[in-house]
Amino acid sequence: MKPASFDYAPVETLGAALSALSAQGAKPLAGGQSLAPTMNLRLVRPRVLVDVKALPGMREVTETAAGLRLGAAVTHAEIEDGAVPDVTCGFMAHVARGIAYRAVRNRGTIGGSLCHADPAADWPSCMVALGATMIAAGPGGERRIAARDWMRAPFVTALAPGEMLLAVEIPRLPPGSRWGYAKINRKVGEFASALGIALPGVMVAGAIEAPPALLHAIEGIPPLAAVAVTRAVAMRDA
Amino acid sequence: MQPKGLAEGVGAPVLRKEDGRFLRGRGRYVGDIAYPGMREVAFLRSPVAHGLIRSVTKPRGYEAQVFTWDDLTGVQPIRAPSALPGFRKSDQYPLAHGRVRQVGEPIAMVMAASRAEAEDIAELIELDIEELPAATDMLAHRAGPPIFDGWPDNVVLQALVDDDISDVQAPIVVRRSLRTARQHMAPMEGRGVVVRWDERLNQLEMHTSSQMVHVTKTGLAECLGLPEASVRIIAPDVGGGFGYKGILLQEEVAMGWLAQRLGGVALRWIEDRREALSGQANCREHHYDIAVHADHDGRILAIDCEAHVDSGAYSAYPFSACLEAAQIGSILPGPYIVPRFRCRTWSVATNKPPILPYRGVARTGVCYALETTLDAVARKAGISPVELRLRNLPGPEAMPYVNITKKIFDSGDYPEAMRRAAEAIDAAGFPARQAAARAEGRLIGLGFAVFCEQGAHGTSVYHGWGIPFVPGAEAAQARLTPDGGLEIRVGVQNHGQGMETTLAQVAHEMLGIPLSRIQIVHGDTAMTPYSTGTWGSRSAVMAGGAVGDACALLRERVLAIGAHLLQAEAVEYRDGAIHAGGASVTVAEIARVFHRAPQQLPPAMQTMSLEVTHGHKTERDTGTFSYAAHAVEAELDAATGQVKLLRYLIVEDGGVLLNPLVADGQVLGGTAQGIGTALYEEMPYDAAGQPLASTFVDYLLPGAGEVPDIEILHMETPSPISRFGQKGIGESGAIGPPAAIVNAINDAIAHLGREVTDIPATPERILAALA
Ligand SMILES: Cc1cc2nc3c(=O)[nH]c(=O)nc-3n(C[C@H](O)[C@H](O)[C@H](O)COP(=O)(O)OP(=O)(O)OC[C@H]3O[C@@H](n4cnc5c(N)ncnc54)[C@H](O)[C@@H]3O)c2cc1C
Repeated sequence: MKPASFDYAPVETLGAALSALSAQGAKPLAGGQSLAPTMNLRLVRPRVLVDVKALPGMREVTETAAGLRLGAAVTHAEIEDGAVPDVTCGFMAHVARGIAYRAVRNRGTIGGSLCHADPAADWPSCMVALGATMIAAGPGGERRIAARDWMRAPFVTALAPGEMLLAVEIPRLPPGSRWGYAKINRKVGEFASALGIALPGVMVAGAIEAPPALLHAIEGIPPLAAVAVTRAVAMRDA
Repeated sequence: MQPKGLAEGVGAPVLRKEDGRFLRGRGRYVGDIAYPGMREVAFLRSPVAHGLIRSVTKPRGYEAQVFTWDDLTGVQPIRAPSALPGFRKSDQYPLAHGRVRQVGEPIAMVMAASRAEAEDIAELIELDIEELPAATDMLAHRAGPPIFDGWPDNVVLQALVDDDISDVQAPIVVRRSLRTARQHMAPMEGRGVVVRWDERLNQLEMHTSSQMVHVTKTGLAECLGLPEASVRIIAPDVGGGFGYKGILLQEEVAMGWLAQRLGGVALRWIEDRREALSGQANCREHHYDIAVHADHDGRILAIDCEAHVDSGAYSAYPFSACLEAAQIGSILPGPYIVPRFRCRTWSVATNKPPILPYRGVARTGVCYALETTLDAVARKAGISPVELRLRNLPGPEAMPYVNITKKIFDSGDYPEAMRRAAEAIDAAGFPARQAAARAEGRLIGLGFAVFCEQGAHGTSVYHGWGIPFVPGAEAAQARLTPDGGLEIRVGVQNHGQGMETTLAQVAHEMLGIPLSRIQIVHGDTAMTPYSTGTWGSRSAVMAGGAVGDACALLRERVLAIGAHLLQAEAVEYRDGAIHAGGASVTVAEIARVFHRAPQQLPPAMQTMSLEVTHGHKTERDTGTFSYAAHAVEAELDAATGQVKLLRYLIVEDGGVLLNPLVADGQVLGGTAQGIGTALYEEMPYDAAGQPLASTFVDYLLPGAGEVPDIEILHMETPSPISRFGQKGIGESGAIGPPAAIVNAINDAIAHLGREVTDIPATPERILAALA
């Protein structure tokens, strides 16, 4: 199927982007790896696509003592390849490597993934586990949203209409930190049927058809998620 | 005929001639063909599984771009009646007429400058359909309500292989109810059509992604009321068929009608994945109630089976709605010595896409049903699955072996294939491996499947199965060009089988002309001899035999001319030249003289054409029987229900291999598809007949990560009935995996008293079996 008719708006400044996004039916376009398929199926019919990939700051990477700020348009492949600094003891590169397959990773972005907010996706759960912070921009300026408040429901984020994601701030894990990641899926490169994440002092269950869950104990979650978290913990503690 | 062992002849592992263009992305598929001013077509398809069409209203302003059945004057519906007695006929309209019977059934055809615009217009069509209850389950809805007016129930055909086995006294009787899921064949390239009316030739010229251009031509001419001379079908490169393209399409008929009215403007429709998945999941859905009776030693005494095939809504052209059920009744006994056999089959019409024969056809289901049940018999008899099979397979001394359903196994050593597979996978050491794994809390299992594949079976067999297009002899044309090159024209289609190479190897074997100078022409009704096309594992044997026969006749003529030119009586044909004593003349020189200097030849020789068309049949048309033993070691994750294939090994006897690399490629590709059938691929429908997978997110195909390294060991027992001793093996790989893999799974959990019965063996099914 072909998408319904739409306009394409390349923009050069954040201001132009935000004003374009204020129009009815406008939607940001990042890597297009989730948006384009849904448009082709005519499940979404944006009137105008505002291409935000090339906006200033969107591909910027800044390392500080506290951590790393990743522009929203940094790709999965760049994280996989170590083209951005590693502040998570290899955790994010490992996760990136398991997302889809290379062609998708070359185009797909961390910001696009977070904004798509598919509960079965990898980054939304990882950001909760890492205690990341989303930097959003809107007509009223910038604001910070904690990762655990980000996904409100499957495919629904905390972004207000007209807002967009600029960057993600990822706190640095202490050097030598151990982590565990268990993605249970049917085949290589598929979305997860269950995600388990174990970082120092943190457990998260993902892909539970609801926003990712920060856990104190492995209970009250679907059985497969419990398997995933148990395996992640075992990997971390091995 | 014994192959001579030439470097480019039969049996040589030469690289495929066609791969150069494929690997460089220079293949040419229907989607690559364009004409100036070409229009794009989209189809409005039924959103419901069953309903009465109250009205279809064309959007205002677009009346001339939208077509429904009422517009298609002079067009006949597609009819594929089986000749089997009792078959209930149905008409498949190119565009729905009065009633829709499956999601995805085309209702209206829309033409526009681009596909996107055509889809926009299609969205504007107002459809008023009164939904009817859908028949979605072959067991629950066999009795009705009938989906065709005038039918008492939904049985397309009931058949019985009648043997009253009530007198069989068996100490071991194992009964199983087993189900195989409905699948979609998913070739890399979907279907596609580019068609236009050629005013000069007074001919409809259609490019379509087909595995049987001549059959399509005949069917299309019939539906459109055109003489066959006014239809030309061209299949350029075809990116996979597997049975999905062995069909006359509703889209072809509807577009063929429209193209005749456009004065030469071309039309194009390229199927997209969503219309393929949601409207064309059309294969494999079987249900078996099977009982195997055996003695204490595990020797089979009788097989008793009631099987259902979900045939879907219509009888697809040309294979009909009943081919699979007819096959079940004749091939269920598999490769074994089965003294008694009773089998009742039902082909049931449902509100799903019409069934098509997918690689392996009914064999995949039949092998699954029998082989998993036999493992249960082995467990009950307390013998190993290997031993059980060895006790029931006919030995080489029994060949040719005529089994209970009168199948004639032409040659081979079936027990030896079983033994080699067991040895290569170290079946003897497996119990220790399994015990060690269990001690670590891991579940591993070993599974086998043995089967035979009838290939290249001809007139008598297919006549018996009732299909409306019975294959006869296969023809090939060999044409020596003035420069000494050779053109081979065949009516079969090469859509991944490597035939541009293997058929050239056959020609080289016969004539010694270098492979690089042999051109295989196929895929065009205007350029090739009539043929029923590529299917039924027939091309290597039938087209290979035909090329051999045509080249043998050509060779006689070349020899005669050569003898004249050398003025010799005793001549010898060697290395592409004719020799007499110390003198010789090359084939190229003979071709030059014949075509360009005929004055050198006596008149009788001048009229001896160097183009030979000849038909080939095998010595008996009951088919070649290749066979194989698949062996799998698998690990089961009891917490997630996931299966990992640790080792996959195949012992295959395809007779004399025309090219072992090509044979391996066929087996590997088929095995990947068989792994899909075993573990991944399934098209579920809800109670309303809505397909629940419409993209590859939901319809899982195995990828590189899911297919292990597959080890293939060859046996090469020549077939006594084919030209070079070759056998058909094109479907083989896709037959064994579900049985072998599920046997491995069941072996891993047998100590828990558990078994998997339905495929694909998804994590959910495995967890349910373990629960
Ligand atoms: C075959 C396949 C397999 C996949 N497998 C996985 C997997 O295993 N795990 C996984 O996590 N993902 C997977 N994905 C999804 C992939 O990671 C996508 O890249 C990602 O979900 C979306 O990123 P994108 O940059 O392509 O965003 P787009 O598709 O361009 O956009 C996605 C959505 O986010 C919005 N958006 C994008 N950028 C912004 C922004 N800056 N501000 C506000 N809104 C924005 C868009 O409007 C759209 O609604 C898979 C995709 C495919 C095609």
